[in-house]
Amino acid sequence: MNLIANNLSYKPDDQFHLNEVSFSFKEGNLYTILGRTLSGKTTLLKTIAGLVTPDSGDIEFDGKNFLKIPVWERNVAMVYQQFINYPHLNVFENVAFPLKQRKIEQTIVIEKVMDALKSVGLNGYENRKIQELSGGQQQRVSLARSLVKSAKILLLDEPLVNLDYKLREQLREEFKNLFSKGLADETILIYSTTDPRETMELNGEVIVLDEGKVLQVGPAKDIFENPNSLKVAEISNDPPMNIIEAKILDNHIKFEGIDLEAPEHLSKLTEDGLKIGLRSSDIELNENGHEFEVELAEISGSETLLHLKRGNTKIIVLIEEVLNFKIHDKVKINFKIDRAYAFHVNGKLASSPFGVLDG
Amino acid sequence: MNKFYIFLKYFFIIIWTVFVVAPFLWALTTSFKDFQSVNAGVTYIPWIDFEPNLEGWKVLIKSPAKGGVDIVEPYFNSLFVTCTASLISIILGTLSAYALSRYTFKAGFVKNNDITFFFISQRIMPPIVLSIPFFLFLSAINLLDSLVGLIVVYIVLLMPIAVWIMVDFFNKVPREIDETALIDGCNPYQAFLKVVLPNSIPGLIVAGMFCIIFGWIDFFFAFILTFTEVQLLPVKIVALNSSVTPWWSLSASALVSVAPLIIVAFIVERYLSKGNLSGAIK
Repeated sequence: MNLIANNLSYKPDDQFHLNEVSFSFKEGNLYTILGRTLSGKTTLLKTIAGLVTPDSGDIEFDGKNFLKIPVWERNVAMVYQQFINYPHLNVFENVAFPLKQRKIEQTIVIEKVMDALKSVGLNGYENRKIQELSGGQQQRVSLARSLVKSAKILLLDEPLVNLDYKLREQLREEFKNLFSKGLADETILIYSTTDPRETMELNGEVIVLDEGKVLQVGPAKDIFENPNSLKVAEISNDPPMNIIEAKILDNHIKFEGIDLEAPEHLSKLTEDGLKIGLRSSDIELNENGHEFEVELAEISGSETLLHLKRGNTKIIVLIEEVLNFKIHDKVKINFKIDRAYAFHVNGKLASSPFGVLDG
Repeated sequence: MNKFYIFLKYFFIIIWTVFVVAPFLWALTTSFKDFQSVNAGVTYIPWIDFEPNLEGWKVLIKSPAKGGVDIVEPYFNSLFVTCTASLISIILGTLSAYALSRYTFKAGFVKNNDITFFFISQRIMPPIVLSIPFFLFLSAINLLDSLVGLIVVYIVLLMPIAVWIMVDFFNKVPREIDETALIDGCNPYQAFLKVVLPNSIPGLIVAGMFCIIFGWIDFFFAFILTFTEVQLLPVKIVALNSSVTPWWSLSASALVSVAPLIIVAFIVERYLSKGNLSGAIK
């Protein structure tokens, strides 16, 4: 059973929420929609659910025109970014709600609800009130409610974004287990996120969305290794990929007085206005490196993010330890230039360390 | 310092309590007095200060033929009109409030907020402005001096309150709850009845309370739109006043007329503090 969309467009105000979005999703697969906030992820999911009617385009599921079927008959499930549950019902009643709506026999309801609660680790919580649960537990209840009806399409809209760091890691791990446990056999799983790491960890088919437009489609590994444009490179890396305006002359990359020997995959490029892309994790501190000035140093968890400047070039460096820097400190860094990307003036990928792409 | 604040707190609470309770106490004692005791000055303790008698209360249930004023029928008229009008106002008001909160309406420059304001604007006008149109309207459809006519007018007066309170309340119920209900297999009516309404009980109670209070205490329209066939309690109480002011029966009727509101307040207060919606959304 395939879910196929053709040229979906939705423009409720002067901005496109969806702009000619097309895709073809197959059952048994996990699809990740990666995009920044306001890129149209939620709109796309709501369109699939039927809560938003697109201005043009159509959606087909199992050979049927999906747009003609009202939300309540579509057999989709959705987990929101906010923890949405029915506050007047307890945990059991919440999870049982979609089943009761279908008038399923009580004994089967009990069995299925208990199964679902068990799979999200909430057995024993049946009689609790929703208000008594923590955020993470509330989100588990909504997940259980979406699992219990074995919907053909399961939509997860940034389900982890409102949780704290530790819980997010833990739930993400559980998600992966759930998804791999046969659940995905007949289900189309669509997961939207702003977090590139989450995308890579889930390791499904990725759709990169920006301003309502699909920028790139492909397996997570492909998106990571060969982002087809500057935009995708920015969206699919956190912190965003560093973009350096440089010149390549006689096998040398030159910018801001720095002269680096060009690796093989970049050496043949000669055009003007090339942009070099380098991940912040591919730059390291080195005594013998090039001098940069610290503009800002952020410590997050066990990592330090250094915002550096030299002339007009600004870069971000990710260091896997906690270091204290002051503003205007001088640091020396080294570029792992063999892992650099090159982009054309128009933003398209020119060359990547993982093999050259066309266009 | 701390003790001083506690002292201050209870000091003002006691003053306020006296301020609120004293009139009731006064009315209660006065209702058991006769002409002489009333004129003997302010006294509160029965049997010691004055000799209590039930004349003030008896007058209220005696028929006019026996020299009484019989407020029993107006009392039940008032109860019936207020409850029916409040119930219909709440039902209609809740439905329109939900529509105004969830769907977008547009007719030229008129949008949702304008429609909501239109409802509230009915209460901004001084009642006197509405009295003549209402009078003509009711006489045109032959409902002057009837319970049904009063109910119609009270719905016009009470529904704006219900709409106003419920629009505000529904706007605070996250839209995602309705959407989740739709996804879980409810059609829009079921989503409203099974999910939104059960979570709106505090709002319904507040709206209902306001409707009942405003309906119950209305004197103006009850006075203008009825003559002899039908009388409501506030009108009847005012009619008690004759050449000699019967303080005893006035006090008794005042207490009787406040009683339902006090009962309502005690019941409602239990539900109000629950706050069911917290935890619906983070």
